[in-house]
Amino acid sequence: MPEPVIVAQNLVKKYKDFAAVDGISFEVAPGESFGLLGPNGAGKSTTMRMVGGVSTRTGGDLRILGLDPNRYGPEIRSRLGVVPQADNLDTELRVRENLLVYGRYFGLPRAQVARRADELLAFAQLEDKAKSKVDALSGGMKRRLTIARALINDPSILLLDEPTTGLDPQARHILWDRLFRLKEQGTTLLLTTHYMDEAEQLCDRLVVIDKGVIMAEGAPAELIRTYSSREVLEVRFGSELNADVAGRLKGMGDRIEVLPDRILIYSENGESELVRIVDAGLTPITSLVRRSSLEDVFLRLTGRTLIE
Amino acid sequence: MSTDPTGTDQRGPLRIGTAPPPGSPGDRAIRATRRTRRWGSWYVAEHRFRVMRSYAQTVTVTAIGNPIIYLYALGVGLATLVDANLGADAVGGVSYLAFVAPALLGSAAIAVASEEFTYPIMLGFKWNPVFYGMNASPIQPGQIINGIVISVAVRMVLTCGIFYGFMLLFGAVPSPTGFLAVFVALLTGLGFGAVLMAYTATLTEDTGQLAMVMRFVILPMTLFSGTFFPLDLLPVWLQWIGWISPLWHGTELARVFTYGLSEPLWLSALHVLYLAVLLALGWVWARRITARRLNK
Repeated sequence: MPEPVIVAQNLVKKYKDFAAVDGISFEVAPGESFGLLGPNGAGKSTTMRMVGGVSTRTGGDLRILGLDPNRYGPEIRSRLGVVPQADNLDTELRVRENLLVYGRYFGLPRAQVARRADELLAFAQLEDKAKSKVDALSGGMKRRLTIARALINDPSILLLDEPTTGLDPQARHILWDRLFRLKEQGTTLLLTTHYMDEAEQLCDRLVVIDKGVIMAEGAPAELIRTYSSREVLEVRFGSELNADVAGRLKGMGDRIEVLPDRILIYSENGESELVRIVDAGLTPITSLVRRSSLEDVFLRLTGRTLIE
Repeated sequence: MSTDPTGTDQRGPLRIGTAPPPGSPGDRAIRATRRTRRWGSWYVAEHRFRVMRSYAQTVTVTAIGNPIIYLYALGVGLATLVDANLGADAVGGVSYLAFVAPALLGSAAIAVASEEFTYPIMLGFKWNPVFYGMNASPIQPGQIINGIVISVAVRMVLTCGIFYGFMLLFGAVPSPTGFLAVFVALLTGLGFGAVLMAYTATLTEDTGQLAMVMRFVILPMTLFSGTFFPLDLLPVWLQWIGWISPLWHGTELARVFTYGLSEPLWLSALHVLYLAVLLALGWVWARRITARRLNK
């Protein structure tokens, strides 16, 4: 196996008494696409900042490209591309200028930065916006520009903190497509998300984080196999009745989760569970059979949904 | 285990003593960062210049308009009144124009400082947090502050140079050493500005503090620093305003150069020292605050 590009061992970050990250360990191989999945406040962004060399760890050990961020912060950052949760593009500069100025921070020659900026504007599908003001861009465009900016130094590792949060579905798909291309080109991706579909699309492997600790680790399909059934039947009886009905569903499927708005029945065959429910004389208002997702894994591991 | 949560210990625990092997990713990273380690402050300055270009008009108009307006209004207009009533060399032993011009030059530097060391800092941390973007690159927090100081110094030298040119045109500089006043003004502006920058860096929110600074620090300083009348005309219990005012120190020193104001050498040395200490303290303080704020 090639030398991992990120090694975290028992990583801890405390703010006074509160441990935002409480002893997490993981490794990321070069070219791998690795995800940190968890709800808001799980410690994903804090982990990201430590990996990004802008937050000093309180404990544990961390190596990026074999270097300790405490000593080699700037060196590590020179090989990273960072897409922060909130865009911090320079609104006083035009779109292309944002790339030019950022490339200079890496000590790259002006001509090289200019060439690279044009390539990246094409990659981000923003060529005709080169001279626009940043504030005139849509949310999705700003995000793509931020990604383009993060790629200006041709990074070994791209860090993406909630890359598609707040974007509309179409903008998300465009972004995923761009990220997928990067992955195909062999860029190592480390991303945080609380969207399970995003994690399933983009991550080769991921860790589920909750309250600063790792709950599970594996490939998305593997996690689903381990922690959930093949299919899920979702039934709604109306918010008043869900809890009552749940009692009468006992024994159906492998496992039942009662949520405020619906009941989830985990099973290898969702359709046949639905037949059993109807045979029992119960009539759900709506029913849906779907494949298990990482959302179900998370629910199983923490007893909570990802987006609350 | 890393034990120092403040981040002041940059060496880390597993300092193995040997550099990463040649050709390894770590080694490549170290070589790729040499330029930024050396020139990072200038890259930040480059960013500031680009941003300044977006308000280049304001910069140019104030740099040219200010000296004309102030030198004319005070050095010619008010001076007519002063010289006619008190005699042509009543204030400081020279014409009122020669007396007031070095003070106006210093005030021009203060004006640049109060603009460039406040809003760009609030902006970078909060309103459009570009400092976080810089900090995600190989640029270090201290270099962000250095870059701002460099860029402001350049704007200040240009502004004061133009101002000095107008002083010559108005015939406000009797002494051949007058050009040194430009550098005195620079030191004045930076000394005051560095402290202002550090203060601004401590603000997580502007709920009117900056406006208060303008009103209750900068304005009184401009009025009571021996600018328009000698400091010793103030009652003794108000003269302290001058003594702590960077503008007073800068103006007195500039007068030594522009018209040969006679003051003991130790006092001139004290002016330089006072301004240099302000600059050093403000600069170091601002770097520390920035490092702390960006390392979350």
